[in-house]
Amino acid sequence: MNTPRAAPAALLCAALLASGCATVTGAGAPTPEDPWESFNRKVYAFNDTVDEAVMKPVAKAYKAVLPQLVRTGISNVLGNIGDLWSAANHLLQGKLQTGLDMGMRVVTNTVFGLGGLLDPATEMGLVRRSEDFGQTLGRWGVGPGPYLVLPLLGPSTLRDGASLIVDRQFAASTLAKSDNLGYAVTGVELVNLRANLLDTTQLLDAVALDRYSFVRQAYLSRRLDQVYDGAPPLAPMDNLEDPGDEPSKPADPASAAAAAKPASSPAR
Amino acid sequence: MYKRLIPFLATAALTVVVSASVRAAEAAADALVRQISVDVIDTAKADKAIQAGDLSRIATLVDTKVMPHVAFDVVTRSAVGPKWREATPDQRAKLQAEFKTLLVRVYAGALAQLKDQTVEVTKTVPVPGGNQVVVQTEVRGKSEPIKLDYRLDKPADTWKIIDVNVGGLWLVQNYRTQFAQELAKGGLDGLIATLVERNKSAGGKG
Repeated sequence: MNTPRAAPAALLCAALLASGCATVTGAGAPTPEDPWESFNRKVYAFNDTVDEAVMKPVAKAYKAVLPQLVRTGISNVLGNIGDLWSAANHLLQGKLQTGLDMGMRVVTNTVFGLGGLLDPATEMGLVRRSEDFGQTLGRWGVGPGPYLVLPLLGPSTLRDGASLIVDRQFAASTLAKSDNLGYAVTGVELVNLRANLLDTTQLLDAVALDRYSFVRQAYLSRRLDQVYDGAPPLAPMDNLEDPGDEPSKPADPASAAAAAKPASSPAR
Repeated sequence: MYKRLIPFLATAALTVVVSASVRAAEAAADALVRQISVDVIDTAKADKAIQAGDLSRIATLVDTKVMPHVAFDVVTRSAVGPKWREATPDQRAKLQAEFKTLLVRVYAGALAQLKDQTVEVTKTVPVPGGNQVVVQTEVRGKSEPIKLDYRLDKPADTWKIIDVNVGGLWLVQNYRTQFAQELAKGGLDGLIATLVERNKSAGGKG
């Protein structure tokens, strides 16, 4: 069961080698939450290359070959196994009610949903609320640490990357009887995940000015949001009004520019 | 002693009045969000072209139903940041127009991924230190609910949306980081050029 653990390390080395020639386009001042930006950008470029060459085509083929019904079934089964670990994390965070709800969700889908193939629980109002170990650590005060782009796996932070090792111990692939089957399940998991994200990444191309920093901000703020269950502290957003003067309409007098020097971006 | 007491009492009285009016105002804000959400989803469900994923049609929907409720001057100013003060009226107009096109596309793109969903307003929370509120909604459908929050301000007598949070990401705030990067590289004109180019290329693709 331990063999899959060696893979990430090997990939990390591969990424470092492959990125040796990639140019680093540092965007001026370093961002406080991303001290390893130049390294991260290399891994990001590597991931992008692998994604374009392998993951995206495979995910597209997966989507083209398998009918929606089958793909939904696969998503449901994998999701159901994941839900059990989510339930555990809810409980680890002291959220008894949602933990029990998620537990009920697993039981319902396993018993009445043909082992998780169908998702009757959602119809019954037991919606999926995913939680992972990184969120649990965050709940108990562990900060995210520096932003970190993992080879193949993409955006993460020091905390979330380390937590992933714990999460993987409870992944669907660990239920497999043999290592080979375990790899196969992990492969299906990845392809399924990528296929579900095809539309999202297409959207990303259209909206981001710099994909790297867009993904970084998106990841960091999404994780913060998840740790706080959708209600992160609002204080950092108060700086929104800084550039303008309080009333919304009037044009800012140029003279005020020097006086009110806004404390640009908030600490996140 | 009285010198201190009077401001204290005045503040206390004011707080009571303000918090009462804030409570009423919050209700109005979430009613507005609910109305917009229902309107957008109902229209989307009734429209065959939108169901088929016609992005330009969805953009039109966003433009007519959502944009009138967005305080666009505030939004653009927030995203551009301190450099806004240095911008000429012409640059400001361009920034607003291009950023609007960009945001409509982002929001439309996000909407295009919703099928058979319902929106539920879950909570409305005041933003400390001001009369802004955050209205939290959840888009529920076949899979995990997606968070869709709106931050609103009331500059005059109507609520205006000043930021939108899709799945944990505050769009305007995020663009502020993106813009800062472009501004550092090429200044205001550089940013405008990047936006124009981005909007053009995406428009051609879609």
